[in-house]
Amino acid sequence: MSYHERLEKLKAEWKDKKVMPLLKRFPERKKEFKTSFDGPVETLYTPAEKDEYVEKIGFPGEYPFTRGVQPTMYRGRLWTMRQYAGFGTAEESNRRYRYLLSQGQTGLSVAFDLPTQIGYDSDDPMSEGEVGRVGVAIDSLEDMETLFEGIPLERVSTSMTINSTAAILLAMYIAVGEKQGVDALKLTGTIQNDILKEYIARGTYIFPPDSSMRLITDIFEYCSKNLPDFNTISISGYHIREAGANSVQEIAFTLADGIAYVQAAIDAGLDPNVFGKRLSFFFNSHNGFLEEIAKFRAARRLWAKIMKERFGVTDEKAMMLRFHTQTGGSTLTAQQPMNNIVRVAFQALAAVLGGTQSLHTNSFDEALGLPTEDSVTIALRTQQIIASETGVADTVDPLGGAYFIEELTNTMEEKALDYIEKIDDLGGMVEAVRAGFVQKEILDSAYKYQVAIENKDQIIVGLNEFAADEEQGRDLLRLDPAIEDRQKKKIETLRKKRDNEEVRRLLEDLKKAAQGSENLMPFILKAVKAYATLGEIANALRDVFGEYTEAVIL
Amino acid sequence: MNSMKPGIDQLKISRSLSIIENDTDSARKIIGGLPARDYCVIGVTGSPGAGKSSLTDRLACISVEERTTAVVAIDPSSPFTGGAFLGDRIRMRRATDDPRVFVRSMASRGNVGGLSPSIYNSVEFLGRSGYDRIFVETVGAGQSETDIVNLADIVLLVMAPGLGDDVQTMKAGIMEIGDIFVINKSDLPGADQLASRTRAILELSGKKFPVMRADSIRGSGVQEIQEEIEEVLLSYRSSGRLASKRAKRNLYNNLNSAYQIIKEHYAENDKLEELIRYLLENIGR
Amino acid sequence: MKIKVLVAKPGLDGHDRGAKVVAMALRDAGMEVIYTGLRQSPESVVKAALQEDVDVVGLSILSGAHMKICTKVLQLMKEAGIGDKPLFVGGIIPAEDADELRRAGIFEVFGPGTSLKSIIDKIEETVKK
Repeated sequence: MSYHERLEKLKAEWKDKKVMPLLKRFPERKKEFKTSFDGPVETLYTPAEKDEYVEKIGFPGEYPFTRGVQPTMYRGRLWTMRQYAGFGTAEESNRRYRYLLSQGQTGLSVAFDLPTQIGYDSDDPMSEGEVGRVGVAIDSLEDMETLFEGIPLERVSTSMTINSTAAILLAMYIAVGEKQGVDALKLTGTIQNDILKEYIARGTYIFPPDSSMRLITDIFEYCSKNLPDFNTISISGYHIREAGANSVQEIAFTLADGIAYVQAAIDAGLDPNVFGKRLSFFFNSHNGFLEEIAKFRAARRLWAKIMKERFGVTDEKAMMLRFHTQTGGSTLTAQQPMNNIVRVAFQALAAVLGGTQSLHTNSFDEALGLPTEDSVTIALRTQQIIASETGVADTVDPLGGAYFIEELTNTMEEKALDYIEKIDDLGGMVEAVRAGFVQKEILDSAYKYQVAIENKDQIIVGLNEFAADEEQGRDLLRLDPAIEDRQKKKIETLRKKRDNEEVRRLLEDLKKAAQGSENLMPFILKAVKAYATLGEIANALRDVFGEYTEAVIL
Repeated sequence: MNSMKPGIDQLKISRSLSIIENDTDSARKIIGGLPARDYCVIGVTGSPGAGKSSLTDRLACISVEERTTAVVAIDPSSPFTGGAFLGDRIRMRRATDDPRVFVRSMASRGNVGGLSPSIYNSVEFLGRSGYDRIFVETVGAGQSETDIVNLADIVLLVMAPGLGDDVQTMKAGIMEIGDIFVINKSDLPGADQLASRTRAILELSGKKFPVMRADSIRGSGVQEIQEEIEEVLLSYRSSGRLASKRAKRNLYNNLNSAYQIIKEHYAENDKLEELIRYLLENIGR
Repeated sequence: MKIKVLVAKPGLDGHDRGAKVVAMALRDAGMEVIYTGLRQSPESVVKAALQEDVDVVGLSILSGAHMKICTKVLQLMKEAGIGDKPLFVGGIIPAEDADELRRAGIFEVFGPGTSLKSIIDKIEETVKK
């Protein structure tokens, strides 16, 4: 009898003699235990038949990167503690950034308001009530200069959560650098620049998919020459998960988006061995602690295989899935908000055990509004405690080899691949999005989850169980309602100060270029430096590209 | 609201339509109180995904002096819960913004022919209330959603490449119901083939129906379709075909109303329902 | 009689998971849901409510812009002659704003953690009156 056969026999005996009698007297808490993607969770996991460490798991820093993208991971350098922030005016945001940098944060992450994300100036009728709410309002290069006042761009890495208008904001960042005397070649950071997930989960799209993909490849091309250390896309699964997808869908749809971008870049003449190194990803860290750890490992392995086998990439560095993680915002409850500190701690720990390159932890009061300085400090401390006090950062992939974790990693990789093949059959991600396939899958998961909560199949502490009558806290951060008026006045003044004829001419040049196939970045950069507003530039592109309307999916 | 056309009270129309949707007796009374008018009903049908809504959106807004347009978009009710998700307004941003256009969504409420139970009365009410052109967008045409042919003066059959339209549509004889055929999403590959296949099939059946191309997202071809609609209406009018279609519509309207009234008042009487359904299905064959 | 509900996302907020899940639940509860999609102006919301003659108007707002948007919608509804239609709002709305909104005429505010069942019940109860 082989070792494994003996093991299985002993396991069967254990089940018979120990487990079954126990179950007769004390049944398990549920009839079935399931993962978020409806996979079974067994009572016990034991070693797999074949030890496939070499073939399937491998070493950190080597293909297929299951255990991590660097050989020594956090022993060499901890993950970047990067808290997303930005609200109201550029001045206030600038103050918050300087505070966070002084408190030990190592990179900046900028949140923009909805009008900025969707290409509307603060004085556009569509912007009413929205200016400065979910992030900072940037109407022109002037605001960008204020945002980074006193922050040395050659020493700080900046991540900008911007998609449809990424080209414009990137151009502004370059221009600010220039004014500081920093060569674009030295700039580091990331722009999210992931339009596909906007259509399926986040909603800040402007143009139809084809034109959007063109803008994205223009950015890839421009940066490969001029900003070699800048990450030009953060292929995002965070929002897809927030929209209701389960963990497998999160991997599948994110990687499918990645495939579409890589293909588009290749079609635009770029070398995947080169720009593959500048791709980064952005994932969610949700409640299922063990599942999330397996998810990150499965994603790394699957992406490496895709880059190698599907796209023929040969440079290992271009096969690495490097990612930022944010703890799941939708898991925060407004009820008993202090519980959220605990939730975030577990989610953050899962991300670290999953090998994330950078991490944002949510603040406990975010179910109702923007975080206060106090609550955001606790969120940062959560990361610092994990890093310094728990010891988990002292060895690489500590949960590797845990039987359940490896099994889950394998299963999730398989199931994600199934989805990707299905999307291939539909003609690729852009087609799948047009057809509404992805959106429908996500909505079905979201609905199922909500029903599970209402049936108490899924318990949320403080919400459907262990609830208490409570007064909702009234110490929320309030935005200055005068922000909108101040921005409007700023724009008015700007329009009087600048050379309007030059602006008009540069916008015309941009439109002409947009009708052709030239790279649009230089045109946008010129317009930005002449203090054309964000809305003016976006509208010029709207005139040429048109606007997207959402797919009807129910 | 000052964005509405003076002369047509959208609030009143909207409220009356609700009565008409729920109470056939009252519907007949309301309609009877309004003078008859000349108005045209344009049916828009085709597979889901062909772009019916965005095409209707464009057509409804093309400005022709003083003409007022209504759009009724029908979506299926859930056979299990009786509820419905009516999402056509999403695709009709222009029409819903245009002050001259009235857009109303309706659920099929158990009807299987692609229409809703009150559609005949609703359309007649809208026509008599002052709407010159009424677009009725049906549930996507599979094999059985063909009732539109009894309701509309002319039917636009919208097809698009890549939906398997060529095989499905033509097999099912759905070609019979179209007066104008539109190949939408004409920028996609396969549009040419679909257009020529459609023309071939129409030729075989000896009918000379127009086959047009459009891109409802970018707006190309839409003006031409609008003009074709008016031309076809004109020719049907002079040939007498319009009059006979409207007589048929009237007949269907009366039968349908009778059926609905019976349903509303004598819901338990299966035999009576069966009889009426049989009559409805077989009249005019 | 079928209950007709308008579910709209006014303003620029693109997070429609809540609106869509609620729309599905209402449909599964037998209601007819008119779903207008994203990026609705207050004007287009009111126009839809008027043309569709809905029993209840539902807004979903998670961007924090609720005060301005809701007061605008209420005002436009009154001007259009449909000020009597109940207006519900769901989303990220702090307690004191919810109080103020209710005083201004919003029928009910559904904050984070609200169950689908309570929304359905509230709508049915409101329409019956």
